[in-house]
Amino acid sequence: MQRMLLLGDEAIAQGAIDAGLSGVFAYPGTPSTEITEYIQQSEEAMEGKIRAEWSANEKTAMEAGLGMSYAGKRAMVCMKHVGMNVAADAFINSAITGANGGLIVVVADDPSMHSSQNEQDSRFYGKFAMVPILEPVNQQEAYDMIRYGFELSERFRIPVMVRITTRLAHSRAGVVRKNVLPQNELSLPGNPRQFILLPANARKQYKGLLRTQELLRDESDRSVFNSYYEGKDKSLGIIACGIANNYLLENYKNGDFPHPLLKIGQYPIPKTLVERIYDECDEILLLEEGFPFVEEMLRGFLDKGKPIKGRFDGTLPFDGELNPNLVARAMGLEDTSGMPIPDIVKARPPSLCKGCPHIFSYNALNEALEKYSKGRVFSDIGCYTLGALEPFTAIDTCVDMGASITMAKGAADAGFVPAVAVIGDSTFTHSGMTGLLDAVNDNSSITVMILDNATTAMTGMQKSSASGKIENICMALGVEEEHIRVLNPSPKYHDVNLGVIKEEIEYEGVSVIIPRRECLHLAARRIREEKKKKERETVK
Amino acid sequence: MTKDIILAGVGGQGILSIAAVIGTAALDAGLFLKQAEVHGMSQRGGDVQSNLRISDKEILSDLIPYGKADLIISVEPMESLRYLPLLSKNGWLITSTTPHINIPNYPDIQEVILEIEKLPNHVKLDAKGIAMELDARRSENIVILGAASPYLGLEYAWLEKAIATIFKSKGEDVIQKNLDALKAGREVAENSRPLKIT
Repeated sequence: MQRMLLLGDEAIAQGAIDAGLSGVFAYPGTPSTEITEYIQQSEEAMEGKIRAEWSANEKTAMEAGLGMSYAGKRAMVCMKHVGMNVAADAFINSAITGANGGLIVVVADDPSMHSSQNEQDSRFYGKFAMVPILEPVNQQEAYDMIRYGFELSERFRIPVMVRITTRLAHSRAGVVRKNVLPQNELSLPGNPRQFILLPANARKQYKGLLRTQELLRDESDRSVFNSYYEGKDKSLGIIACGIANNYLLENYKNGDFPHPLLKIGQYPIPKTLVERIYDECDEILLLEEGFPFVEEMLRGFLDKGKPIKGRFDGTLPFDGELNPNLVARAMGLEDTSGMPIPDIVKARPPSLCKGCPHIFSYNALNEALEKYSKGRVFSDIGCYTLGALEPFTAIDTCVDMGASITMAKGAADAGFVPAVAVIGDSTFTHSGMTGLLDAVNDNSSITVMILDNATTAMTGMQKSSASGKIENICMALGVEEEHIRVLNPSPKYHDVNLGVIKEEIEYEGVSVIIPRRECLHLAARRIREEKKKKERETVK
Repeated sequence: MTKDIILAGVGGQGILSIAAVIGTAALDAGLFLKQAEVHGMSQRGGDVQSNLRISDKEILSDLIPYGKADLIISVEPMESLRYLPLLSKNGWLITSTTPHINIPNYPDIQEVILEIEKLPNHVKLDAKGIAMELDARRSENIVILGAASPYLGLEYAWLEKAIATIFKSKGEDVIQKNLDALKAGREVAENSRPLKIT
């Protein structure tokens, strides 16, 4: 069969389409975004009426996915690692209810924080929830694991986590497709109480989850995604998870690998296989992308067993993603390098695009705040976070989705007034609305700037849930209409904008300023598409 | 046959189009391919790179080890130097000489060129000027690809075919402009090191 050249994200998407998917639910987040985008653009998915619009946030996505599973259909929920923090309530409880139609939760971790504020390892969430985790070694396995994951989910009536990291998500390779499975018919769970987590039911469901654990461990021991290679030199055994296997074997391309090697691609950790390598070898080296998850369990609290090497003892750095060179060093092989970077090469950090509306919002805000002491701008997650850099240095915080409004509120409640929140339109509907309600209820003296560029820009211009709704949402939450001010963040309106921002900063209460202008990339795309459409119409 | 290639540039300069042409040609030739890209925050005018690996054997790591890259193909001169730790001792550096200046402390371009000239194996070309001469302003990246083409281990005709495939939806004129750009780049490479061409 013809190989398709697919990103890891796209392999997951195609794998799901081919495995009878009925709906994908997601909020954009690097490095997970391309999974949902691929399904949105797939003609096969459109023909199959696979549901693929963006959700308001990861929690609403997770719950909708669970609802689709309840109705008997196969559903997939996708997010970046920090999105799991938002979805966690629904995710953890979905393990207690269990699934009906197959339910897969894809989480894309970002070790080395290429586009994130931390590098948390989602396998902890999987273990915490007590659900199986699949971790592909390459794009083909990513494709294959989705089909297997749905089957596993339906067989054990449990959600399945698929964990990938940035490198696999955003790397292309050839993938061979399998036959296309039909979607499930609608069917409700056999046990009508399965999804009612009243304490009496929840206790029963939880005992069921606990009983399933042993079966899941057996499944892991037998899984084709966990394999044991019998190397001759047993002075060292290696346990490598997911793509860490590639970095290891890259160093042994020209010959047989000398040591026993346990490749892990399915969790719970395959106990029999781990026991075998531990008993056979004098020392164990752990290679895992992310946190030393398996390593910590293998060492145990007292760490008094066999010598174990990995991230805890400094054989590998504790933080950051792996690469072939780090693994070479851990194996005692020669570390290779080319020439050093010449001193004249300067850092080139990302920056706001030339003419970006955020630039003019920040210019006006900075000027409006000149007469106050520093440190008053609480910001959020999006392109506008780049306002932290020169020449703007306009913001003082960036923590998590929605934290701008609530942190400004807390600071204002402490007496630090004025306090300004800066948040994007999509981030506002993701997690800002409830915080604004808190501020209204407390009459906290904050000024909230909702930078409305009509899109989720940073992740590549996905449709924003907020479009056309912001003023109505703010009014409904109780913000007074005369303190909801819409601006045009363009240089020619600078003086007007400055005046409005000054006024609202001085107002003692909740005010919302909405600088509104389309993202330049979105505008360019819209014009391109309109031109194409016109051309098509002329042809007709 | 294995070629490990670093593509370098600044977000928005079109290094992924170069990757797409090489990738399409390699796949048509029945070769294995892996290509790690940079998405997300770093695309906003920051430095971007892509690890592109092609081989007649299965490829394992998505990342090229340090000191092992056969080629650096860069659409920006300073960016070409950022990845020298990845380039092997016998590797080639192919770069445009047109600076993309979006930082206040961009070095003197003459100093950047001097650093490039220190390398034993390099091809540098005014890709922008060449593209302008051909009235193919948007094909600067394909000019660079043309200059890199003798070092890719792929037949030139495969690249031409890949260009025809990738730009098919844009019409014959765009295809021809890109083929001209490819050829013009190729000629620069052949004239700069005629003995080394494989």
